[in-house]
Amino acid sequence: MGITFRKETFRDDFTFRNSPEHIRRFPFPFHEDSYMYAVNIEPHVVGPKGSVLENLIDVDEHYVAEMQDRALVLAEDPLRCQSLPHMTLAGWDLLELLMEQQALGYPEHFMLIRDGDRWRWINRPLGIDDSFTFGDVSTLPYGPMEYITRQSQGDFCILDQRDGNLWMDAGMVTTQADWSLDFDIGMNFFEWHAPVPLAHEKGIFVRALKFLTNIQQGKPARRLNWTMTINPRLDTSPENYHKWGPDRATVTPENVGDKVHLRVELQSFWRLPRSNAIVFPIRCYLIKMDELVTQPKWARRLHRVIRDLPEELATYKGLTRYRPTLVEWLSKLDDGSATSAGFGPD
Amino acid sequence: MSTGTTKLDVLVSDVVPVNELVTRFHFRRRDGELLPTFSGGAHVVVEMRDGERTRLNPYSLMGSPLDTREYTISVRRDDAGRGGSLFMHRQVRPGTEMVVSYPVNLFSLDLRARKHLMLAGGIGITPFMAQTAQLAAEGGNFELHYTCRTASLGTYADLLRERYDRRVRLYHDDRDERVDLDRLLSSQPLGTHLYVCGPSGMIGWVRERAAALGWPPETVHFEHFAAPQPGAPFDVTLALSGKTIRVDEQQSLLEAIEAAGVDPPYLCRGGVCGQCETNVISHDGKFIHNDHWLSEEDHRSGCKIMPCVSRFEGRSLVLER
Repeated sequence: MGITFRKETFRDDFTFRNSPEHIRRFPFPFHEDSYMYAVNIEPHVVGPKGSVLENLIDVDEHYVAEMQDRALVLAEDPLRCQSLPHMTLAGWDLLELLMEQQALGYPEHFMLIRDGDRWRWINRPLGIDDSFTFGDVSTLPYGPMEYITRQSQGDFCILDQRDGNLWMDAGMVTTQADWSLDFDIGMNFFEWHAPVPLAHEKGIFVRALKFLTNIQQGKPARRLNWTMTINPRLDTSPENYHKWGPDRATVTPENVGDKVHLRVELQSFWRLPRSNAIVFPIRCYLIKMDELVTQPKWARRLHRVIRDLPEELATYKGLTRYRPTLVEWLSKLDDGSATSAGFGPD
Repeated sequence: MSTGTTKLDVLVSDVVPVNELVTRFHFRRRDGELLPTFSGGAHVVVEMRDGERTRLNPYSLMGSPLDTREYTISVRRDDAGRGGSLFMHRQVRPGTEMVVSYPVNLFSLDLRARKHLMLAGGIGITPFMAQTAQLAAEGGNFELHYTCRTASLGTYADLLRERYDRRVRLYHDDRDERVDLDRLLSSQPLGTHLYVCGPSGMIGWVRERAAALGWPPETVHFEHFAAPQPGAPFDVTLALSGKTIRVDEQQSLLEAIEAAGVDPPYLCRGGVCGQCETNVISHDGKFIHNDHWLSEEDHRSGCKIMPCVSRFEGRSLVLER
């Protein structure tokens, strides 16, 4: 059975919602009642049926609406998609990866037919049926990275590997938690992570880079990251701060459940075969508090995590202004009873 | 987190003698599917099951990355080595079932380069076979300077000349032909990257001259796979796993650790990638360090060893494994 794609918006009237099945599959990021940075990287292997890990590239009920939102962002600001000249080959690598994974996981929606370098790609949800020559940029309406990432949920950074470092040399970034591809393009791993507090002292980036530069073909890895967003807005970019920054002052005890969203990023890391680059998909999942607290375990745990979060982290994640209101609202749903181990709902 | 890479079950589809020292092996997948795509400069680790012994040796993929129906490697016979190349030459036949790793690239092209200047010595030609094929298909700008002992030992020299004509320059030791390195390195256009693969002495020489002539280190790429050397047998205690093992004359320390059922991480098995770096808890004797990973200070300290290529002589050695 195919996915029923929702008609919804991530701006203006904010009609984004999760269906009850999608609430259950939400990638809740806290396996215990507190949170601190760790190198929480694990092999990106297929997970249980009905979870966001059922396929290595997840397509869900928000697919069509997210792609429409991406097109709106790009129309206003084409610099959200950039690829330095030496990254075209990596773009073809990514196109192959995403077409193969989407066709494999969702054959009722996507189909890839390959005959040597002559390929045909059918994307039914978006009404696309294109034939092209793999490796020949002139046969696609956009560059290979832009073409396929206009049809794939999540942001994508392609990192060139050289001199023992990773370089942010290409990407499609429209659903980001307050960072800018246009600002970071061309930077290396340490340069673009410079603003993150606490983690440098713990030597986390040195170890993470060592791990990432050794990612092998056929062995992708993943981690979860999280923050919070007011209103279900995908595009919380520095470029558009004037549109979403003030939202943080609008949280009141009455509207917490509707306005405050937990924003979880499923980040994965893949070695690309032709270019030897790394692609770093950052897939964003949103859930409003009213939806999240339908799972009592998540409500109790989120209360404890947000209440006890170190001040530096709360500041970095931009929660400072509404944290007391949120903690007060969540505290009413926390009877103090124990929570079971692991991420999933009870 | 992981030991090595994902494995591929392959069948030897052809064995082709190239000259008196070098034989080429072709592999196809046993299930008939295409092999994973790779990039020029990548290697695979070939598992050689020789009776009770398993050797794992890295070899550069030398076919075109555009053709993944088969992988090809070229193996130079080393009569004084640990027996891996002799096993390949004497026992592997068309139809032999083998296991190879997914490709790993530790000698990648820098795709920003305006020009790729390649220097090969002897069997060090193999990664350049794939890199030149990749670049030629994209219209890339490259120039290859290839030194071999004699014309008859110039593995693939004729083929390369035929494919790329004047983009390939050959130098024969027996005719006293030698690369005029300083002149070559001084006459390159801005944005050139330099790649060198061959004997250790050659790599050292090229790196030294490039540095002296002002080449930025990030534009100089090199690959030496130090094949593990045989040596006197020695005993090792693996403290974490509570085992004492013997490393045979023809076995590497890493292979002996694996044979005992302990699986340290590895990638290159040639002393360059750093994955199998192991802490020494105590020792009474002398290390024979053969790697290119640890610093001289690390070597002197006696606190670390790269078990893929290095050995030990003495009374006792205790490792944190």
